[in-house]
Amino acid sequence: MNFLLGAFKPACNISITFTDGKNRKQVPIKKDNGQIVMNPLFQSQETIAGKIHIDPYQGKKVEHNGVKVELLGQIEMYFDRGNFYDFTSLVRELDVPGEIYERKTYPFEFSSVEMPYETYNGVNVRLKYVLKVTVTRGYAGSIVEYQDFVVRNYVPPPPINNSIKMEVGIEDCLHIEFEYNKSKYHLKDVILGKIYFLLVRIKIKNMDLEIRRRESTGAGANTHVETETLAKFELMDGAPVRGESIPVRVFLSPYDLTPTHTNINNKFSVKYYLNLVLVDEEDRRYFKQQEITLYRLKEEAS
Amino acid sequence: MRALAGVEDEEKWLAEGIAGIQHNAFFMHRALDANNLREVLKYSALMLSELRTSKLSPQKYYDLYMRAFDQLRQLEIFFKDESRHGLPVVDLYELVQHAGNILPRMYLLCTVGSVYIKSKQAPSKDVLKDLVEMCRGVQHPIRGLFLRSYLAQVSRDKLPEIGSDYEGDANTVMDAVEFVLQNFTEMNKLWVRIQHQGPGTVREKQEKERNELRDLVGKNLHVLGQIEGVDLEMYKETVLPRVLEQVVNCKDKLAQYYLMECIIQVFPDEYHLQTLEALLAACTQLMPTVDTKIVLTQLMDRLSNYAASSPDVLHEFLQVEAFAKLSNAIGKVIDTQLEMPIVGAMTLFVSLLTFTLRVHPDRLDYVDQVLGACVVKLSSVPKLEDSRAMKQVVALLSAPLEKYSDIVTALTLSNYPRVMDHLDDGTNKVMAMLIIQSIMKNDSCISTADKVEVLFELIKGLIKDLDGTNVEELDEEDFQEEQNSVARLIHMLDNEEPEEMLKIIYVVRKHLMTGGPQRLPFTVPPLVFSAVRLVRQLEAQGGNIAGEDVPATLRKIFQILNQTIEALSSVPCPELALRLYLQCAEAASDCDLEPVAYEFFTQAFILYEEEIADSKAQVTAIHLIVGTLQRINVFGVENRDTLTHKATGYSARLLKKPDQCRAVYACSHLFWVDDPEGIKDGERVLLCLRRALRIANAAQQMVNATRGSSGPVTLFVEILNKYIYFFEKGNPHITPSDIQSLIELINTEMLSDNGNTTIHSDPFFSSTLRYIRFQKQKGGVMGEKYDSIKL
Repeated sequence: MNFLLGAFKPACNISITFTDGKNRKQVPIKKDNGQIVMNPLFQSQETIAGKIHIDPYQGKKVEHNGVKVELLGQIEMYFDRGNFYDFTSLVRELDVPGEIYERKTYPFEFSSVEMPYETYNGVNVRLKYVLKVTVTRGYAGSIVEYQDFVVRNYVPPPPINNSIKMEVGIEDCLHIEFEYNKSKYHLKDVILGKIYFLLVRIKIKNMDLEIRRRESTGAGANTHVETETLAKFELMDGAPVRGESIPVRVFLSPYDLTPTHTNINNKFSVKYYLNLVLVDEEDRRYFKQQEITLYRLKEEAS
Repeated sequence: MRALAGVEDEEKWLAEGIAGIQHNAFFMHRALDANNLREVLKYSALMLSELRTSKLSPQKYYDLYMRAFDQLRQLEIFFKDESRHGLPVVDLYELVQHAGNILPRMYLLCTVGSVYIKSKQAPSKDVLKDLVEMCRGVQHPIRGLFLRSYLAQVSRDKLPEIGSDYEGDANTVMDAVEFVLQNFTEMNKLWVRIQHQGPGTVREKQEKERNELRDLVGKNLHVLGQIEGVDLEMYKETVLPRVLEQVVNCKDKLAQYYLMECIIQVFPDEYHLQTLEALLAACTQLMPTVDTKIVLTQLMDRLSNYAASSPDVLHEFLQVEAFAKLSNAIGKVIDTQLEMPIVGAMTLFVSLLTFTLRVHPDRLDYVDQVLGACVVKLSSVPKLEDSRAMKQVVALLSAPLEKYSDIVTALTLSNYPRVMDHLDDGTNKVMAMLIIQSIMKNDSCISTADKVEVLFELIKGLIKDLDGTNVEELDEEDFQEEQNSVARLIHMLDNEEPEEMLKIIYVVRKHLMTGGPQRLPFTVPPLVFSAVRLVRQLEAQGGNIAGEDVPATLRKIFQILNQTIEALSSVPCPELALRLYLQCAEAASDCDLEPVAYEFFTQAFILYEEEIADSKAQVTAIHLIVGTLQRINVFGVENRDTLTHKATGYSARLLKKPDQCRAVYACSHLFWVDDPEGIKDGERVLLCLRRALRIANAAQQMVNATRGSSGPVTLFVEILNKYIYFFEKGNPHITPSDIQSLIELINTEMLSDNGNTTIHSDPFFSSTLRYIRFQKQKGGVMGEKYDSIKL
């Protein structure tokens, strides 16, 4: 599917396989057109190796000026679609210029690749990793094939992980004290905590805990911030009285979360917040937002 | 919002809710059939979301809840079968918590929790603790109550109580108790909270709705009462204090009243007994508007039933000093609840009294104490006017009467009369009647003057006019019945010991004399007879009693009698007085007190002369006098002559001839007393009879003159009979010829009377003749006497 070739039929079929492709974990990735495809999962410092098959059609020969494979880490800003910023770029030359008459297989290997950033699909920005195979041709344009793969990086649990505890309120109207057991959660974690009502003078209808993602792109004056609510979890139904303590227990696993990303290559940041929202009977909202850090903990035996 | 909605709207919303549940339940069932967990969870959550409505009244909401409940049972079966959904229950337990809305989430969690406990993969107590904690998220009163009630229901058979499948470690019962207590506390808080929501105008409606919900809360106490392994100590140390703390602190009258009731009903009696202090302390801390008296009454009723159930438990009551505690508590409640109507206080006292009587029948001082407290309370208020309160007081006073069939016991209660003083006159009388009836029923004898004094103090409403009584209002019949009762009562006052008996008579007399003219005719006779009985008793045992005192005592008694009867003159009631005088005279005669007897006769004669004017009454009186006089043998010749002379004189002066005749021949007996020492003055007898005959003749002629025919010969026949009597008794002045001529006279009279009448037309006469014939035929001494009479 190389659109660069336009109406021309490609002269050959290029396919890329990974060495441990059959055993490697696949994760779903949403493509531009909304399709969900499964892509192999890697992490930083892994060796990415495999084979590239070039299969000319029906005895056609493919003349080329060389075959190469590139490993690219790209950031794409949606306001600047199509324009990729490569933060990682590795190349392996696979063949010297020549002709290919029949199926030919090239092994390749990028060993211990540094891939500091995780694959990310945001509202305004995308970070992806891709293997790009190019059969360079002089006259008819090069034949290019891409293979996306996903990178996730695991971190150990943070050594310091304080709870979030705070008393907030509106004078003579509402005073609450809330506590979340940690400030840093891994993606399958559970938020535990409690909301303690010190003073209630408004008629509360319900209380929700929202998980919000704040994605900021660009830098300086061009910074663009997009906030999404990923989860809305009802903590309480009805009006509490003074002295009530409402438990918080939110499982993070059902939600589509990523680790917190801070200043990725000076291009974007992704932050997460817990937003405690109280709604009164007149549908007025009272809320308090707290940042939490999300991280990806190595999953055991998965 | 809801408060403003009409009933129709509510129906509509309920229908919508039900439809929603059915709709989603349909899809849920499809998913269940397909064992599709994801879909099951989705549709069950949607179904349960219908329960999030705020538009329904508790009753309608219950309807909705029950429909969801049925569906949840199906769901539980699905959750139980791991092969159908493929998830370990612990994962399922997490999975259902992903639901975004809390209410469906909690219902699902409780359902899975129940399965989780059943699987025994986690200790029951941990799961339950988690569930009860997590339920805090639902703070809406009605939704919260139903959710927690669901929790209570699914956990009911899974408590880690002793002997259950889910029994845990050493503290297992405590865990079960802790769980139920916590759920109870939270439910009660929610329940109370309903009251404080919404505008004041719908308060009443809210109260009604709350009442409909109360059993949801009370159910928890029920469960607590049934947990296996809750022993007295745990109940005392944990269960009760915690429950009471909640009751007292919720400061809500509806809840306090209902829950106290529940506590009393649900837990065993012996626990109540052992924790009486705590229970009562809580009672005194309830809101002033709570009807504490009903609560206390129930408690006391239960305890007294318990006490009555077996004598073995009585010592427990003593051990815990149940009475003192109850008494204190009641005192406090009455003191603090100033607004409690007097009837309330009285009800409490009645209950306490009933309790005391059942539990400590031997402790009269307790009874008195209760009555004392009652007096204090009654004194603090103006005169009782509330009829219900009055009824309670009557009940209060009747209780000891019923319990101690011996009225004497009640008489020793010093506060008893003081309580009675607070009754109004009508009630006072009713009460007095009750007392008398009780005495009658139990046939109890009041045997000391002191008790009699107290008794009369009690029934003084009957004995005399109380201040302010409106005499005209009295119903004649009632009055008579009352006085008859008093009269009967007097006969119950008895003592073998003459000295004491005399004292009793003094006391009775003192009281009765205050009764006024209307009562005296009823009350004096029994008193007189009572005294006369004493006289006879003294006389009978004459020798036994220490020497000279007896006559002195007797004299004293007769003096009293005299004065007593004299009192009747004020009524006036001469016939009665006369009879009584005669009775006394006879008694005096038996005691050989001639002057006394004479005095009584004098009184009787005076009465006859001065007071008895009615001719019929005169006839009766004469016969009474004659009859009495005839029997009396104490008089000396002189006195006797005077009296007989008087009597004969009165007889001859009666108005009607036949009456005269009969009185005169009756007088004949005065001269012939048929016993060995009796007077036997045959001549005077004959004189009397002749006189009678003359009068009879005169009577006959009068009749002849006025009517043209002589009347019946009855008088003659009667006189004939007298002749025969004295003849037989051996009066020498009565000869057979007298009798013979009398018979002939009668025959002549009868013939002249009416041609048509046959000789034997008068049955009296003919039977008299038959008697004579019989005597003749019989022969013997008597026969010979009759021999000379020819018929």
